[in-house]
Amino acid sequence: MRVRALLVATVLALAGCGGSASSGGPGAPGDGGLTGTLTVFAAASLTDVFTELGGRLEDEHPRLDVRFSFAGSSALATQLTQGAPADVFASADEAQMSVVTDAGLADGEPQVFATNVLEIAVPRGNPAGITGLADFAREELALAVCAAEVPCGVAAGQVFTAAGVAARPDTLEEDVRAALTKVELGEVDAALVYASDVATAGGAVEGVTVPEAAQAVNHYPICVLADAPAPEAARAFVDLVLSDEGRAALADAGFQQP
Amino acid sequence: MSRAREGTRVPAPLLVPAALGAAFLVLPVLGLLVRTPWSQLATQLADPAVGEALRLSLVSATLATALSLVLGVPLAWVLARSRARGRSVLRALVTVPLVLPPVVGGVALFLVLGRQGIVGSWLDDAFGITIPFTTTAVVIAETFVAMPFLVISVEGALRAADARFEDVAATLGAGRWTTFRRVTLPLVAPGVAAGAVLCWARALGEFGATITFAGNFPGTTQTMPLAVYLALQRDPDAAIVLSVVLLAVSLATLLLLRDRWLGRTGAA
Repeated sequence: MRVRALLVATVLALAGCGGSASSGGPGAPGDGGLTGTLTVFAAASLTDVFTELGGRLEDEHPRLDVRFSFAGSSALATQLTQGAPADVFASADEAQMSVVTDAGLADGEPQVFATNVLEIAVPRGNPAGITGLADFAREELALAVCAAEVPCGVAAGQVFTAAGVAARPDTLEEDVRAALTKVELGEVDAALVYASDVATAGGAVEGVTVPEAAQAVNHYPICVLADAPAPEAARAFVDLVLSDEGRAALADAGFQQP
Repeated sequence: MSRAREGTRVPAPLLVPAALGAAFLVLPVLGLLVRTPWSQLATQLADPAVGEALRLSLVSATLATALSLVLGVPLAWVLARSRARGRSVLRALVTVPLVLPPVVGGVALFLVLGRQGIVGSWLDDAFGITIPFTTTAVVIAETFVAMPFLVISVEGALRAADARFEDVAATLGAGRWTTFRRVTLPLVAPGVAAGAVLCWARALGEFGATITFAGNFPGTTQTMPLAVYLALQRDPDAAIVLSVVLLAVSLATLLLLRDRWLGRTGAA
């Protein structure tokens, strides 16, 4: 009996992994404040700064609940084209945004709100003495790079090509935060991640800037989705991201301005 | 695996939920088959990277199952037969990987077997062995997630088995080890086989702990589920084709094993 209960619990836990459906009514401005649930799909690299901006929007509108689904932009774009209900999509590159706009899912033109460049993340104290991209060719090191299927991997490929480095990574990570986690755990000597990831990673991670990174600047577009269950709240969030306040928060988080 | 008696009718109250249950499990797979761009099948199969991922999946799932058998069957015996105190605590602990999100399992493996891990740092210093990002790490991650399925199945079989056979063997002078080998193990063989199949299937589909602890690199750690996940990021059609390939290979393997296994018990 206990076994069966455990199995049921496992199945339920597994089933709970996928969904982040937005429920609740439309964000109708009743007495000036927004209500209901706002669901934002955002690139993994935006985790910290968007969580903070979402908190500020909730402070302004106490009856509004802002929910985030942070993942690789490509995974999010796939979820959206498969009908995942969301109000806002913020991508880490224009290619994944165009997957969504080409499917007719965006309401209006996406706007670029930030740019990001790659930087090398190393564990505190830089135990392997990483100085630049050339170290990614050293076979004896444990190195992480994003997989070519996600935006940070595309950018990494461009940067390595620009630098003429034949990288020998040990793992091709499914999103940039997974690469960063392996640096934080000290399991890799270096990972190529976004400058913003290094800025928000805290004390466990140090950054080594990469001059060649200018060869691959990621542009982050954001849009309200055409079928947004809470379009008013969605616009309020996009406006906040594009405002001076949003720009300042993004700059603090290591992003650059477009 | 009891033989169905001739003329056994399914009671009506069972029929509807049983049909719903079957539909619930089968329909998503049919959906996958309907959506499969079959024209891509040949191209995908010809891709050496797909063959590599498939081979790695089969090899690592089989090794994980073997490791689970070697460690899990004795563990199941201890849980079912030993009178030691703390047995129920031990049982709860060994089933933790079932409820643990696999990604968390991957991080937990890092904390023990990673370069900075409790055991891993010692392995690194003393022998220069690092486990993460190797095929060994894939097998370990899969074993961690899949072995509880085997342990639970075998423990259930041991509890259901008639302990009097073991008592008789003992009165006839068989030692405890001989009794285990010659009486207990044959008695619970179907349970062990079922557990091994469950374990193998779970290991084959393992994703979260593998991508965390072993990383993702074609040829060394990229198993089919990882390849499917990454293909989904760029080309959902390719991901569906890869899933169908994995599905076909695992079904074929299970059916083949089942036939051989049933044939053997039939002959015995």
